[in-house]
Order: sequence, then C-alpha cells, then structure tokens
Amino acid sequence: MHETAQKLNTEAISTYQHGVYPDARGRFGDFGGRFVPESLMAAVSELETAYAAACDDADFHATLARLERTYTGRPTPLYFAERLSRRVGAQIYLKREDLAHTGAHKINNALGQGLLARRMGKRRIIAETGAGQHGVATATVCAKLGLDCVVYMGAEDIRRQSLNVFRMKLLGAEVRAVNAGSRTLKDAINEAMRDWVTNVENTYYLIGSAVGPHPYPRIVRDFQSVIGRETRAQTLETLGRLPDIVVACVGGGSNAIGMFYPFAGDEGVQLIGVEAGGSGISSGKHSATLVAGRPGVLHGALSYLLQDENGQVIETHSISAGLDYPGVGPEHSYLRATGRATYVAADDDAALRAFQLLSQEEGIIPALESAHAVAHVLAMGERGELAAEQIVVINLSGRGDKDINTVAAALGVTLD
Amino acid sequence: MLQTEQASPIAAAFAHAREVGRVALIPYVMAGYPDTETSEALAVALCRAGAAILELGVPFSDPLADGATIQRASQRALDNGMSLRGTLDLAERVAGQVQTPLVLMGYYNPIYSFGLERFCERAAQAGVAGLIVPDLPPEEAEPLRSAAAVRGIELIFLVTPTSPDERIAQAAEMAARTGGGFLYCVSLSGVTGARDRLPEQLSAFVGRVRAQTRLPLAVGFGVARPEHVAEIGHIADGAVVASALLNAVDAAPAGEQVAAGIAFLQSLQAGAQKAGG
Repeated sequence: MHETAQKLNTEAISTYQHGVYPDARGRFGDFGGRFVPESLMAAVSELETAYAAACDDADFHATLARLERTYTGRPTPLYFAERLSRRVGAQIYLKREDLAHTGAHKINNALGQGLLARRMGKRRIIAETGAGQHGVATATVCAKLGLDCVVYMGAEDIRRQSLNVFRMKLLGAEVRAVNAGSRTLKDAINEAMRDWVTNVENTYYLIGSAVGPHPYPRIVRDFQSVIGRETRAQTLETLGRLPDIVVACVGGGSNAIGMFYPFAGDEGVQLIGVEAGGSGISSGKHSATLVAGRPGVLHGALSYLLQDENGQVIETHSISAGLDYPGVGPEHSYLRATGRATYVAADDDAALRAFQLLSQEEGIIPALESAHAVAHVLAMGERGELAAEQIVVINLSGRGDKDINTVAAALGVTLD
Repeated sequence: MLQTEQASPIAAAFAHAREVGRVALIPYVMAGYPDTETSEALAVALCRAGAAILELGVPFSDPLADGATIQRASQRALDNGMSLRGTLDLAERVAGQVQTPLVLMGYYNPIYSFGLERFCERAAQAGVAGLIVPDLPPEEAEPLRSAAAVRGIELIFLVTPTSPDERIAQAAEMAARTGGGFLYCVSLSGVTGARDRLPEQLSAFVGRVRAQTRLPLAVGFGVARPEHVAEIGHIADGAVVASALLNAVDAAPAGEQVAAGIAFLQSLQAGAQKAGG
C-alpha cells in the first residue's frame, strides 16, 4: 500500500550525527525543511535572523536564565520514585516538569519565544493549543511581558479541557474555537497559520511543539533542552553516572526532544519515545505517528505523518488532547530513521492505569500525556525488560489537574 | 508576439490574450465539488465559455493557505471520495474535450505521497500543462520542478507582497527554467477568499514583480468582480478567480450550478477587455 511513498535517502542518515542538524536548509537528515506558503517565507527568514542574533546575545541568555529561575522555578527536581521503582524492578526517577510554573514543560518554550518576540518588536502573539498547556503557558508569558495573546484551540479540545480554557481567559488571552476538520490540535495549527499569513507584519506565531517550518523545530528544541541539561547534570551529581534509559511521551515531541537532545550524544543512554496508542494500533484509532506513519509534509516540515493511501492526513485519537496530533517533529523522524531513539506506543487504557497508579503510589497526579511514558516503563517492568540496577528517567512533562474531568468520565465517575 | 511550436500551452494562452487585448481569465474548479460530475461539467463549460487557462483544485485535508470557501469545498470534495488520483482522471476527461491548458492546484503532501515521478508521468498523460503547489516555495521545489519539466509540465510559483525582490527574481528564474508559464501574484498577505476590493498597494506590488521578469503575471486571491478584472488589466496579464466563482456556484440550486458558473465568468469578462485593446 505504501510503496508509492518517496524513497528517502536512508544511506545518508544511517548513522546519527550529534550537533550538526538542522543544517542551513533546516533539515535533520532528510527531514524538516520549510514547506510554507510564500507569504510566510519572509517571516520565517526574519525569525531565523532574529533568533541567531538572540543566540549571540549574552543579555538574552542572562534574562532567560534569570526568569527560568525566578519565574518558572527551575531547576525542577529529579525525584526518586521509590514505590514505583520497587514495582517496576529498576531505579525510576521522575524529572518533575509538572512542578514548573503553569504545571508543564510548555513554559520553557513559551518564555524563550516570548522574550524573542519582544526582542523582535512584535506586540501580538498567536498560538495553537491542544490540551491547553501551551495556550496557558503562552497566555502566562504574554501577561508577564505585556503582549496581546490569541490562542487557537479545536472545538473538541475546548470541550475536554474547559479548565485550561478558563485559565487562559483569566490570564487575559482571547481563545478562538476552531471548528474545521477534526477540531483538534492540527486544525488549530492550520488556523494559527492562516492568522499568521494574514497578520504577518505585526504578529509572532509562538508555536508550541517541535514542529513547523525551520527554524521552529530548532528553536523549540533549544528552549526545551533545559530539561535534558538539568537532568544530565542532576544524575551525574547525585548518582555519579548517566541514566541507562530516558523515556518521554511524544505528541509533536517538544518535551521529548528537550529531554533527549542533551543525551543524544551519549551513546550508552537509550532514548525511548512513547506515542499515544489510543484504542490500539490495530484499531486505527491512535496518534502513533512514528510507530505507524510514513514520511509526508504537514505544517511546514517533512516528517513522519499519519495519512491515508491518498496522502490525506487522517484523524487521530488519544485520551490525551496533547498527544492527539497526526504529525511529529522532524528531529524525532531523524532520531527514528537513524535508530538513535526508539518509539513505541501506549494505549489509552495503559495510560489511565499509569495515571491512577502514580497518583496512588507516589502522590503525583500526572498529565495524561506524561502517563503514557509511565505506562511504557510499567510495561517494561512487567515484561522483565529492566534490571534492578538500571537507572530510568521518565520526563514527567506535566501535572494532571487539567485531566480530572476526562479521567472521571473514563472511570464512569460523575462530577458535579 | 510570435508563437513558435515550442511555446508551451500556457505561454500560448497568454500570448493569445495579449494579441486580442484581453485579460487572461483563469477560473478555478475544485475537483469533486459540489460533486465529481458537476465539477467536470463546470470545468468543460468554463473552458468553452472563454477561460484562458483552467485551474483544477486538488482537495486536501489541511488547506492552510485557503479561506473558508475553499476549505469547505475541499472538505466536501474529500467527503465525495475525490483524491489526487481522481483529480488526474478528471483532468484527463476534461482535456479530452477542450484545448484550454489545465493547471492543477494542490498541496504538496498528496503529490509527495503519490511519488513525484509517478505523479508527473500520470499528469503528463492526463494532459496537465502546469502545477501550482502553494506550500512548495522555490527552496523546496527542485525535485518536483525537474520531474515536471522533463515531461513538459510547468511549475508555477507564487509571489506575494511580502516577497523581497531577490525572492521574486529567484521564483522568476526557476519558472523560466521550467518553460516560462507565468508568475502567480498573490494580491495580499492572507488566505484565499472573495473580497470587496483589491488592496491599494496591488499596483506597486505588481510593478515590483514586473521589474524582475518578463514572464506573464496573473493576479489572484480576492478577485471577485468585473471591476477587479479591469483593474488587474492595467497592471498584469491574467486574473485568477476561485472563491467568488465557488460562491456563485454554491448559491445556485442543484441543476443550475454549471449555468451559474458560466454566468459568473461571463460577468467578469465585461472587465477583461483592456483599454485600447
């Protein structure tokens, strides 16, 4: 069925190369690039130039570092999950991004890009959001920096994440419902891009995942890499060595790339991305792009994509709105193609069980997204794939308060 | 202008329009909208009613350069089972009935998924003269451009008011290497959709493009009225009309949609005669 897809030059990307991508064309191996309407080409070039200048500016870095410390609350702890470790049969550590301001890793990128937008003189910020965590983080940063904020959100996601919608409004953002397509994250990105095309002169598109045209995947990776850098330093400091395995959930892939990238040059560290298996891969109702997709072009980049035999993007499913996306960041496609990282899926039921177990045995209510990563580690333990001395770090990318209604419904509990 | 046997069908269409002193009208039909049969009948009828070139839209699930009208049409076409393969079949049937050059307009992923070589082979066989791929800027276009060029199919590039001069020159140069069809001047920074008036800066923008190239220039996005076509006639060679035409077709009852499309095109033709032409 898929023999018609373009054959990628697999030879050129057979070995992972650290620190060389994206190249000048915005490629990670064969993936990435800049597939956007001509109207946006000047804007992405302007962004690339402005970002390069910010990278060379010590003041920019100092401001970001200061706010990460005093506003976001970094560094976030690396926590030894004792009961989970006993259950799984390995040394399990949680990187507590759920303790970052606004309750998820999304603030790392929103803060960095917000400062970049202000530096570029853009007063109007637009963003897309799935679960609402990126929307909340963006609204938060805009409130802090005094910028106008419009957040696009699929109507279906607005329904299942009403708490976050209200948070965004409290923070002064305008939330615009998107009723096109599957009314989820991909449609919110489409609509944000349409807004950007229309208002490109004064508007900064603050994209929330490691997706989109170059240089976005690079920018998001850079601002999220604080997760992996801290984790690396924390394991060396407290354990005297690097972890054996690092695990993160993957929707668009921003928390995962932020965790993986600083470890990708360390050959002995195994990287595992966990996608949303929804009702199961064989059901067709899932969001497991790297597990079950093939290369294609969506939202400005060549990457793995869930599509039908005609190249139409298909509707995805996941209990977690933040993973409910048919594409994935191009650097993950590169990590997969080179074998540097492996990608697996955890289904809705497994994520729900992990959600409850972490709540009851560690006193931490995780985001449903992060629960997918926990679920995979539980499954590895059950299959006897872990040894007692192995160190496993799970990126606990967010807290689960936003998911209470979804989980209650899934468990058949009625809330007032 | 002297026409040689080497002139592409698209270049010939512009040359003819220039000879008779008219704006080349380029109507758009979404394959499979409102249904496959009607879209075929509409395409043929528009060609017979004087379209210089016909743009045949390929539906896509995520048309991020398009406004509400084309989004809706695209979704409806997909619901009707239309695909890139189906669009090529439809193009072949239309090309069998009329001489008007056909240009496919569609997003990159269905083409990429089809396979660039295989797609261009099939498009050439179907009689397609050109391709417009709105999410494929010159930087990413070389694989498709070369696959198309060897089969005599032109890749048409879009330039916009936000394009710096050097990008316009780059697009013109790539277009000229492919066969020199035309440059598609996007009238405004925004998505497709009918608008009440054309932007005030249009003439300055088209002038900027004209300074970079001798290729024919067609203006699209927002073109909806005879006076728009007349205005474009002062500065450019062709006018693309899509959303406004779809709206006219939409407004007609079933059974009268083809007639409504023709009537709309004819109303625009009132503006297509160039002064002194």
